[in-house]
Amino acid sequence: MARKLLLEHINVPGINTFDVYRSKGGYAAVEKALKTLTPDEVVEEVKKSGLRGRGGAGFPTGMKWSFLAKPEGVERYLVCNADESEPGTFKDRYLMTYIPHLLIEGMIVASFALGAKTSYIYVRGEMMPQIRILEKAIAEAKAKGFLGKNILGTDYSLELYVQPGGGAYICGEETALLESLEGKRGNPRIKPPFPAIAGLYGCPTVVNNVESIAAVVPIINEGGDEYAKLGIGRSTGTKLISAGGNLKKPGVYEIDLGLPVEEFLYSDEYCGGIANGKRLKAVVAGGSSVPILPANLFMKTINNEPRLMSYESLADGGFVSGTMMGSGGFIAYDEDQCIVRNTWNFARFYHHESCGQCSPCREGTGWMEKVLHRLEYGHGKMSDMDLLVDVSKKIEGNTICPLGDAAAWPVASAIRHFRDEFEWHVTHPHEATTRNFGIAHYADPLPKLEATAS
Amino acid sequence: MLSVQDTNTPVTFSPELLSKFADVVSRYPAGKQKSALLPILHLVQAEFGWTSVPAMDKVAEYLSIQPIEVYEVASFYTMYFLKPQGKYMLEVCRTGPCEIVGATPIMEHIEKTLGVAEGDVTPDGLFSWRGVECLAACGFGPVLQIGPEYTFYENLTTQSVDKLIGDLRQKGNS
Repeated sequence: MARKLLLEHINVPGINTFDVYRSKGGYAAVEKALKTLTPDEVVEEVKKSGLRGRGGAGFPTGMKWSFLAKPEGVERYLVCNADESEPGTFKDRYLMTYIPHLLIEGMIVASFALGAKTSYIYVRGEMMPQIRILEKAIAEAKAKGFLGKNILGTDYSLELYVQPGGGAYICGEETALLESLEGKRGNPRIKPPFPAIAGLYGCPTVVNNVESIAAVVPIINEGGDEYAKLGIGRSTGTKLISAGGNLKKPGVYEIDLGLPVEEFLYSDEYCGGIANGKRLKAVVAGGSSVPILPANLFMKTINNEPRLMSYESLADGGFVSGTMMGSGGFIAYDEDQCIVRNTWNFARFYHHESCGQCSPCREGTGWMEKVLHRLEYGHGKMSDMDLLVDVSKKIEGNTICPLGDAAAWPVASAIRHFRDEFEWHVTHPHEATTRNFGIAHYADPLPKLEATAS
Repeated sequence: MLSVQDTNTPVTFSPELLSKFADVVSRYPAGKQKSALLPILHLVQAEFGWTSVPAMDKVAEYLSIQPIEVYEVASFYTMYFLKPQGKYMLEVCRTGPCEIVGATPIMEHIEKTLGVAEGDVTPDGLFSWRGVECLAACGFGPVLQIGPEYTFYENLTTQSVDKLIGDLRQKGNS
């Protein structure tokens, strides 16, 4: 069984309280960092760990930290991105609900490393229960001297606050998040300047995902080199995967990066296979924004190598035959799911969540939603598929923030891999409206029992 | 009782509410009180059931910003209600992962049970419902949430929805 770095104590009763968390070795990373390391040494450990941003982009966290501008006399900020809204992703909610002190501990260490005196955790507004949990955890940590003035008797002081969002997917984009934290609409900013130079209130700011911040705790406890030994190649450490869809055992799993996808999908330690004895048809491996893959391409790369749960292996084949790790929002589709319906559903999501700032995204997402709706409901034309690809190409790369790309990729990839299912909706309009699934020949070619018996 | 107000009637914020506002404002550097806008709008909605124009005007006055700065925020974020809703607003996740495990039948069942269309309020003022986008609970779908506490209900079935509505009706009428 793989080692757990983040979720090791998740099932310990009362781990959401300070005392139990502390008794399990909690806050040791704060003691170690504040008493034995300099801020630059903390940054160095995170760099050595090879930790890559767990929110979706996969940018090395240590490098992001080292870009932070440090002009004299100007405040610096750390903002935690807990605006988890990517369809398929629910790991941050899980972590904040069950082991909130891990995030608080990571925030203290990271704020120390960056020299922030005030830090914010921006939580999506719908997660009011999690906001209450975090505020309670912060109050506990403060009462025990781990937050506030002169933490553990050192010179370092930190105030930590929780900020609720208002229900907007776009605020997961870091500059939109900062706008929102300033009390404005969540319109992403034009970069540069990057937040490391001019972020919150125009001051140098680092924005990190919940899981990235939490991972700083084991990195400091064990050292960056030790952390980097886990995983494979440039995908170091462990990753939380939110597994949902038609799975026997959906849930949040911590895996060593590099785990074979077949093991993740079919072994009883993880997802346990497809629910209701059905076969796998397709997988969205990293949240709704990444390209969808048919089962055969997901299980094996185009070179017939088994695919692994790592940044590189999932991206093997580029967008022609690969996908992306993204945020680790893993959605499995069984043979009864309709790819056209799913693509329309996602297109509606992106249309709804577009901030409206850039025309290609504001107009294009609406177009794609409408065309996909008519395909799904039996009014489509054969030319619609090319139209969709054309619209998606005109959005991709032509917007301020990545939401445009995120809206374009699922549509383009669905048509690339499942074109005949779209055509079937055009040639069988009556069936398209009366039965809710497409055609099933994409289902996993591996005999399902062979995989589960191992 | 649902606190529905005529949009022309001025709103008053209680001293308790104002002290919560002050606590929020204290989290930001001096002069950056506008950062408090989203949290304060949540507090206003929890108190009055929605964010009315007079309430938003008062918030603008409190934060020393223009009313338009409040309106544009309240209309951008989906959580703020710009018209009165039922006392219990059932928000059902309708996005991909919940959809493939049966969000649509759940919404159809809620519509039939409550007898009102999406976004409308039941005649007794107790309920309204709507589909919302991903609530980040994809492993436990279908899910719904109910404000202002945003209590979460997972792995919904038509039976569990019936029970929930029954319990809320009893609670709301007592």
